[in-house]
Parts: sequence; structure tokens; C-alpha cells
Amino acid sequence: MSDTGARAGGWTGAVRRRAVRALPPEKLLPDTQPSYMASWIYIFGVLTLASLLVVLATGGLLALEGPGWWHVSATGKYVNSLHLWSVELFMFFMVVHLWGKFFMAAWRGRRAMTWITGAVAFLSSVGTAFTGYLVQQNFDSQWISTQAKDGLNSVGIGAYFNVLNFGQMLMWHIVVLPLVLGLLTVWHLLLVRRRGIVPPIDATAPQAQAQAQASAPAVEEEQS
Amino acid sequence: MKWRTADTTPESSSFPTRPYDLVKEVTIALVVVALLTVGLAAVFSSPDDRPVTVASWSRADPADFTATAVTELGGTSTSAQYGAPYNHTPGAGQKLGPLGLQNAAGVRIPVDTARDFVLRPLSSSPEPASVTAALSTWNAAPAAKQQSWTSAYTDALGKAPDGDPAKVAPGDYGPVPTISTALLDLARSGSLDGQLLAEGGFYQSDYTHPLLFLADGSYLPGLADAQHLTGSQWGMMNETGNYPGQAWLWLYTFWYQIDPFKSSHNADALVWGTMALLSLGLVLVPFIPGVRSIPRWTRVHRLIWRDYYRSHH
Repeated sequence: MSDTGARAGGWTGAVRRRAVRALPPEKLLPDTQPSYMASWIYIFGVLTLASLLVVLATGGLLALEGPGWWHVSATGKYVNSLHLWSVELFMFFMVVHLWGKFFMAAWRGRRAMTWITGAVAFLSSVGTAFTGYLVQQNFDSQWISTQAKDGLNSVGIGAYFNVLNFGQMLMWHIVVLPLVLGLLTVWHLLLVRRRGIVPPIDATAPQAQAQAQASAPAVEEEQS
Repeated sequence: MKWRTADTTPESSSFPTRPYDLVKEVTIALVVVALLTVGLAAVFSSPDDRPVTVASWSRADPADFTATAVTELGGTSTSAQYGAPYNHTPGAGQKLGPLGLQNAAGVRIPVDTARDFVLRPLSSSPEPASVTAALSTWNAAPAAKQQSWTSAYTDALGKAPDGDPAKVAPGDYGPVPTISTALLDLARSGSLDGQLLAEGGFYQSDYTHPLLFLADGSYLPGLADAQHLTGSQWGMMNETGNYPGQAWLWLYTFWYQIDPFKSSHNADALVWGTMALLSLGLVLVPFIPGVRSIPRWTRVHRLIWRDYYRSHH
């Protein structure tokens, strides 16, 4: 390729080439998967993603009418219930997904960053759910915030992250943390697609296995 | 790094494949989760116990409100002696070993309980001359005298039947009974809720002052105890009613149930330090020798990939 051709498209072209090289379309949205991917545990990753979408959608509905709506409207109360139960499902699916990936040692094969983004996404989700409880504007919010302030204050975080400040917590809950969680989720999913599904522990690639089997009689002859 | 060179995991692309429709899987999962959510919300709804207001507290338990107000005025309440980030209190502030992170963060949310919770609300309200005079007397008195009045009145309230201010034995309490009675009236009328928020602006979103005031009393913890929400009842991971709450905080609240955490003056800092360390450990599992080998030892993976192992070994 000529020097001019390599630089075609400037920065935009360079970013496109790099993106396509890292994640060609057939890798980004494959219509096949390795045959070893055959277990119910794989469902929990996609269930986590699906429930996150429901969490975002129901939270978005609540945001449309403002934080006080669900206290005075039957419809609002139901939307709040949808938000609560989708969060409970999200956290349940995510914890099962996390344990599943742990026992699969899914960080193997240059997948450490996939594990790290997933673990940080889990911790971010705990923080996001926590701020959700703080901005309910009911007794639970009062009690949880006045209890939680001591933990946060004891390590200096409370001086900057004031759980008694409803406005600050609402912004964290509906802007900052969903943005962080959304970006982590996208990053995590792209890494999963880039590296593929982790092979079973101690699995050998079929070609390597075939070569090993082919060379086995020769080795035996040499040993004998 | 050694873990990298030792990692002989083959590329997933080198294995045989089978057809798999990812988009269809995501769509079905979305429908299933949406239906589950709709069903759970319809059957179980969500909790929404009304918040406690300063007005409802003062009406339901005037004795507790008055006793708390006197400690706010005398500077002996929990909030008054909290330390960072609310005020400078010698000796206050938790430590994590040698690290005094609480004090290092400084007083970034200044709270003067006498001024913010008692004196300013009364000063900015239309009060009778007796209250104005009591406030003048209080402001003119030296700190030692103020403390002697509030201390004596706190003791007297403790000895009065049901802590009723009307049944307090006579004594040298200075202007404190007049001030606390006026504050109780202000609270009962509902005005104090607004006064605690009104900090020079029309729109308000910061509830630090009223929440600290409420938390200093016994009324709020009493309601929480009845709802199984206190620290010894696995605290804030629960919520009102029979709902799962933040079950994922179980490990955080667990530490508060056992020694040395539960009996330590630095319990919060110790628990947060422990959880920070464990969280870091979770994130760095792939790099921690021993921990990263647990999956191989436990052999749960033999169950997950049983089809593969059955056909290859």
C-alpha cells in the first residue's frame, strides 16, 4: 500500500481502520459461536444486559415526570415498581453472571480487562442503586442517608459526596453513574466480542490437538 | 508478567463453531425480563412510607424533640460534636489505622447546630417579645453560662415524668426553656421544616440540616427499629416492608455484626477500608495468585463445560 493510501481519510480513516481491524463486522455481530458454548450459565450475561435496558427505560420514564410524581400518582407508583423490580432482577442476574465467569476463570486468554470492566461495572451498579435509594424522598431515603453518611464521612468521601444533599444525589443517580455504567457496559461488551467466549479450562485448540495426536505414535516409537 | 507468559489459553476462533443468533437471544431476553418486571411490579408494588418531618416528629414526640433541641443549642448533640465534615471538634473523626481520612477531608459542609437549627430559625420568625428577649439573653451570655443552662435543663428534662418540659423541676435554666418551647411551637406549626431549608434561596435541594436534626433525636431511630432497619438488624440493606432491599450490600452490613468492627470506635472506617480492599481484590482477581486458581481447583467448570469435557477426555 502506498504512503498516500495508508494515510487515506486522515484521523477519521485511521480510527475507522483501527476499529474495523479490532472488531470486524463478523466479530462484532457473529452468527456463530464456539461449540463449547453450551450451558445455561451463558444466559445470565444477556439477561443482565436486558435487565439493564429495562432499568434505564423505567428510570427514564420516572425522569420524564420528575422525582415527586410517583408519590402522588398510581401510574407513577407502578412505574417506580417497574424500576425497583428491574433493578432487583438486574443485580440478581449480574451476580450469577459474575460468579459464573469467576468459576470459568473467564479472564484467561488476554481477557483480564473484560473481567476488570465487568467487576467495576458491578461496583458502579451498587453505587447507582444506592443513590437510587437515597432519592426516593420517603422514609427509606431518610434512614438510609442518615446511616450511610457515617461510613462515607469516616473515610473523607462524605465531605465531597453528601448523601444528605438530595439534589447532588439525584444528579449522581440519573446522570453521572448511569453514564459511567453505560460506558463500562459498552466497553465490556466490545471486549467480549473482540476476544470471543473464553475456551474451557485446559482446552487445546483442535489443530494443536490433531498435531499432538499425529505425532504421538512417533514419540512412542522413539521412546521404545 | 509471569501470568501472561503462563497463559496458554487458545483463541476461541480456533474451535469448531455452531450457528448462534445473538440478536434473537437479546430480543427474547429483553421480552422475558420485561414480562418478569411487569409481573413482579403488579404483584408486589414498591414501598413508599411517608418521610418524617420535623413537624410530625415534634407533634408525635414533643419530649424527644425538646430534649434534642436543647442538645443542639448546647452543642452536645451527635451532630454538634460530629467533627468533619460538619464542624471542628477536637478528638472527633474516625481513623483507619494511622490514617485520619475523615479530618483530612476537612470541614466542607459547615454545621453549627445552635445557630442553624435553633437560633436562626427563631430569629427569622415573628416571635413574641419574651422569645426575642430570651434570644438576646442567650446571645449575650458567655459560653460557659450557656453550657451550664443547657446542661442543667437537659438533666432536668431527663428527670421529669415522660421528659415533659411542663413537668420540669424549677432551676437555673436561663432562657433555655423559653427558647426550646418557642422552637417546639415553631416545629409543630410546620414552619421549622421550611426554616431549616431556607438558606437564602427560594429553590432548595439540600436536606443536610433537617436530616441531621432528625437523626439526632430518638424518634427516627425508633421508627427504623420497628421497621427492622437499625444497624444490628443488618441496617440499611433492608427497606421498609417485606422487600428485598439492597441485598447486594450484605457483605458491607455483615462486618457491622461482628467484632472487632462492631465494638470499635472506628467501625465505619474499618468497614469501609475492608470493603475497599475486597473490592480492589475483586477487580484484580486475574492477577492474584491462589485466588485466580480457585476455578481450576473447585472444578465447577467441569459442570459448566461438561459437554466439551465429555467429548474431549
